[in-house]
Amino acid sequence: MKHTISVLLQNKPGVLSRVTGLFSGRGYNIESLCVNKTLDPDISCLTLVSYGADKIIEQITKQLHKLIDVIKVTDMAETEYVEREMVLIRVKAEAATRAEVLRTIDIFRGKVVDVSQKSYAVEITGDEEKIQAVIDILKPIGIQEIVKTGTIAMARAKKHL
Amino acid sequence: MKITGAQALMKCLKEQGVNVVFGFPGGAVIDIFDEIMRNEDLTHVLVRHEQAAVHAADAYARVVGDVGVALVTSGPGATNTVTGIASAYMDSIPMVVFTGQVPTALIGNDAFQEVDIVGITRPCTKHNYLVTDPKELVSTIREAFHIARTGRPGPVLVDLPKDVVAAMVNFTEPKPIKMRTYRPTYEPHPGQIEKTCKAILKAKKPVIYIGGGVIASNAHEEVTEFARKMSAPVTMTLMGLGGFPGTDALSMGMLGMHGTYYANMAVSECDMLIAIGARFDDRVTGRIDAFAPHAKIVHIDIDPTSISKNISVDIPIVADCKHAVAAMNSWLDRAKDFNGDEVAKIHQPWLEKIREWKSKHPLGYVEEGDIIKPQFVVQKLHELTGGDAIITTEVGQNQMWAAQFYHFNHPRAFMTSGGLGVMGYGFPAAIGAKMAAPDRTVIDIAGDGSIQMNIQELATARQYNCPVKIAILNNNYLGMVRQWQELFYDKRYSNTGLETAPDFVKLAEAYGAVGLRATKPSEVEPVIKEALATDNTVIMDFVISREEGVYPMVPAGKATTEMLLV
Repeated sequence: MKHTISVLLQNKPGVLSRVTGLFSGRGYNIESLCVNKTLDPDISCLTLVSYGADKIIEQITKQLHKLIDVIKVTDMAETEYVEREMVLIRVKAEAATRAEVLRTIDIFRGKVVDVSQKSYAVEITGDEEKIQAVIDILKPIGIQEIVKTGTIAMARAKKHL
Repeated sequence: MKITGAQALMKCLKEQGVNVVFGFPGGAVIDIFDEIMRNEDLTHVLVRHEQAAVHAADAYARVVGDVGVALVTSGPGATNTVTGIASAYMDSIPMVVFTGQVPTALIGNDAFQEVDIVGITRPCTKHNYLVTDPKELVSTIREAFHIARTGRPGPVLVDLPKDVVAAMVNFTEPKPIKMRTYRPTYEPHPGQIEKTCKAILKAKKPVIYIGGGVIASNAHEEVTEFARKMSAPVTMTLMGLGGFPGTDALSMGMLGMHGTYYANMAVSECDMLIAIGARFDDRVTGRIDAFAPHAKIVHIDIDPTSISKNISVDIPIVADCKHAVAAMNSWLDRAKDFNGDEVAKIHQPWLEKIREWKSKHPLGYVEEGDIIKPQFVVQKLHELTGGDAIITTEVGQNQMWAAQFYHFNHPRAFMTSGGLGVMGYGFPAAIGAKMAAPDRTVIDIAGDGSIQMNIQELATARQYNCPVKIAILNNNYLGMVRQWQELFYDKRYSNTGLETAPDFVKLAEAYGAVGLRATKPSEVEPVIKEALATDNTVIMDFVISREEGVYPMVPAGKATTEMLLV
């Protein structure tokens, strides 16, 4: 099962390597990884996606928590959350297909971030399924290059009174 | 107060209660060694190989129950410590290893004797540091000791660039350390304690299974009280030996691959297994689905990652073993429906069953006329030291015979590389133990293969007048691997014969130590007596039956009830 795990950690040299080393050393899987500073520049937030049986995910979260530089580990599966990825796609856009590409990315609320005579580079955000849907639709037109971020995630605020 | 980084290190060591450091100098740490020479409070033990410094610090830590310290130079000095650090990590031994490093300006330049030791040791340390700012030197050293000795103990490495120890630093008085990200749980959850005690009171066939955590947290008295209160039999892991008196009627000795028949049978039939500071290692469990199949399992451990890692647990308790077992004892003392005599009566048939297993298959060996049996040597060592010696071991058959036949009654008396299984551990460990407890008899039970992995430390033992005794169980084989080849590889003894060996008696003499040899059972006792009476390092070379095996044995991957017996 897919798990999105959010990790708050000290923003220090070598910390990322402790996290990735833990995964490779213990044979766990990293599907995607995304990390940047939080509002507090001494603390980073790392979001990673991993697949595994519940027992493995439990070990992963415990092992992450055991790292001295780790402040907090949240398995998003235990809560309601939103998650997003961003993708940049350079898609073939010649006279015959330019309008179709624009219509398509408009449907996905994407935008064009770079233009040339033969291509558009477009930016689209969304969850994993949406990004995959865009890619599937643009593929027949001709994708020349693609760059994806990892997933970032945030727990939903509590809504009940 | 402004002093050099090296001087600050000396002050930090003193403040942390460090009297002995094991190390080896080199270019990157000359400044530190210059201070060591001026520092009369600190004994530096010059080993002959950096690996030995770490093993010695490991055993020192185990004997005193506090942090052991090693100090080595950059590059090869640092890489030579890796085996020792990995061993200490597996065995949860509190230790701080200081490594020299090239000056900060040269880091990353492939400078002479530069290596990324922080990167190399990341997976085998509890934590590690590269100090690049002299302002952070003092606080880093203090944090390193704090992390090493608290929670589940472990080795911490501090990498010290040459310019950082030469720089002037501001030495401040120590303050209590509070870390935002590191707060081990010592106190058990009272609800879990109550749940555990209630469950235990319902058990008819309980087994207490203790590991190194009992030794590390000094919980042996609490565990002994608990076992007697509950009339529950106790089995120990290799690391847990001495955590409960080995000669007590409730002791079943060691369990697992080379555990006793009765301990393994009891675990497989028990209805309640109380694991205290043990981690369900593969050498203990054998085939996992056949391990304690009928038991409700309680697991007390300070490290949450140990719980439900290999075996699913019914009642987890994250806590220091000493605190948790003390809490169970006091819960039982307060409980109205608890009556020790009644419980003893209920457990009587169970203890009787264990006694039957024990009389059917006791630990033993077959005597063979004029050939020395290794088990006999260990029994004699036990007898002639009154069971009071500190025993270190190498790894392999020697280690298992020591574990089986030297019945440890006290904690902190048995030092062995349990998790990593390092051949070459025992002799430097014996030196470390002797430095920690000069009045105790310290014996390394060794094999002829293992002892040669750190034999150079004879010079260290001689230099520091460390009259440790080495008992080599000499079969001219890498015996444990040979045993596997005999049993599972049709006796194809690939590369396990060590017929080309030194004359250990002459070797001892070459270092100014004493060498003794026994080739017949009748010579064993006189040799041990002479060794114990000699105020010098002694090698006892016991020429033993060549193809003796360690039994019982659970073949790898089998259920622990599928034992090969003597």
